[in-house]
Amino acid sequence: MNRSGTLKESPSQTAGPYVHIGCTPNLAGLAMYGGDLGAVMKTGPVQGQEITLKGTVYDGDAAALKDAMVEIWQADAAGLFNSANETRGKADPNFTGWGRSAADMQTGEFVFDTIKPGCVPFPDGRLQAPHISVWIVARGINVGLQTRLYFDDEADANATDPLLTHIADEYRVPTLLAKSEGGGVYRFDIHLQGPQETIFLDI
Amino acid sequence: MASDLPEGGYLPRDRAWQPDALTPPYKTSVARSPQAPLISFPTSLGEETSPVFPDSIMGPLDNDLILNFAQPGESAIGPRIIVHGRVLDETGRPVPNALVECWQANAGGRYRHKNEGYIAPLDPNFGGCGRTITAEDGSYEFRTVMPGPYPWPNGPNTWRPAHIHFSLFGHGFAQRLITQMYFEGDPLIPLCAIVGALKSQAAVDALTAPLDMDRTVPMDARAYRFDMVLRGRRQTYFENRSEGL
Ligand SMILES: [Fe+3]
Repeated sequence: MNRSGTLKESPSQTAGPYVHIGCTPNLAGLAMYGGDLGAVMKTGPVQGQEITLKGTVYDGDAAALKDAMVEIWQADAAGLFNSANETRGKADPNFTGWGRSAADMQTGEFVFDTIKPGCVPFPDGRLQAPHISVWIVARGINVGLQTRLYFDDEADANATDPLLTHIADEYRVPTLLAKSEGGGVYRFDIHLQGPQETIFLDI
Repeated sequence: MASDLPEGGYLPRDRAWQPDALTPPYKTSVARSPQAPLISFPTSLGEETSPVFPDSIMGPLDNDLILNFAQPGESAIGPRIIVHGRVLDETGRPVPNALVECWQANAGGRYRHKNEGYIAPLDPNFGGCGRTITAEDGSYEFRTVMPGPYPWPNGPNTWRPAHIHFSLFGHGFAQRLITQMYFEGDPLIPLCAIVGALKSQAAVDALTAPLDMDRTVPMDARAYRFDMVLRGRRQTYFENRSEGL
């Protein structure tokens, strides 16, 4: 590979078990900053379908990770990002698009109150299915894991999505699908190993 | 390599340089490392955008760990240090407006966390977290106390070198990074299994901050310099034509 970089990316190191102190200090019991970043994704009335994402990260022994931290980043209902780099239009000002959720220290469950994203075009012009970028760190994870969350009730859009159609092992595609549980709740469990191992991306 | 996919905006992560997921001497990695290969995919809008963290969210003491948890008139106990540097990308350009968050143990090696069981005492005036936003030239600075080394249950007698954890958020979700900073001259560095996940001495050196006498504050604090590098974007003007032309 022809790399144009002149510097090396800083090597990653594990977030360790105390990531909360730095990233969700209020959850860790330190009253800091007037609140934790990424705890609230909706700052007012939002456009689109409001949903709740729930999930748990499991290790190779099927044990829930109780020290994981999960971040998500997504477009708004119109497919626009609330970002300085967004040049296609102005995103919903009441939707940040970014969430950070530490796994519950007793159960390991993470939760996001968000919306279902709209479709975002791929650079070659194809439309991507509604999806959310997901990043997972925890003790024992040397480099944060990147994956994507799609929706199991978007079969038509999923069938032509550039990433989902790129995956050779079709039987693994369901690991990227959040399962609708009704009432706007979706479950997205992440398996680090085993027969249900989630597809992780070098993206 | 033939591919029907467009090139991504960000350079792929250099997996030959970054630690592997599975590093058995670091025991927790064994059950927490994916076993299937990562699926390579080019970045697109969702990875090339990031949330906005305005300067206005920052309080005046957010980057001062000596004072940001302390009672009025008090300050954290321990050797006072300044940790500073720049956030750059792989092309050498500064990354302004990056969110830098840090956390660390206190001077005795004790974290302020309910799952922490080390016998070293808490410092009532030290929380152990800080955050800042990089300036136009990518620079950042924290004021803190030197964290102590601490024991951890990776083996019968295993100790972490003194370190500060850093979380970085640049301009693209693809750049998201968590790492740790070590201190020049710490004899525990080569003994640590988490450091040992790094693949080369160059990688260890990249995370080892040297003493920076130029930035010390006389009669107040020593300084350590720590530059951090995030993934860079392709230089599309020069690189699109690689072969066959
Ligand atoms: Fe630590």
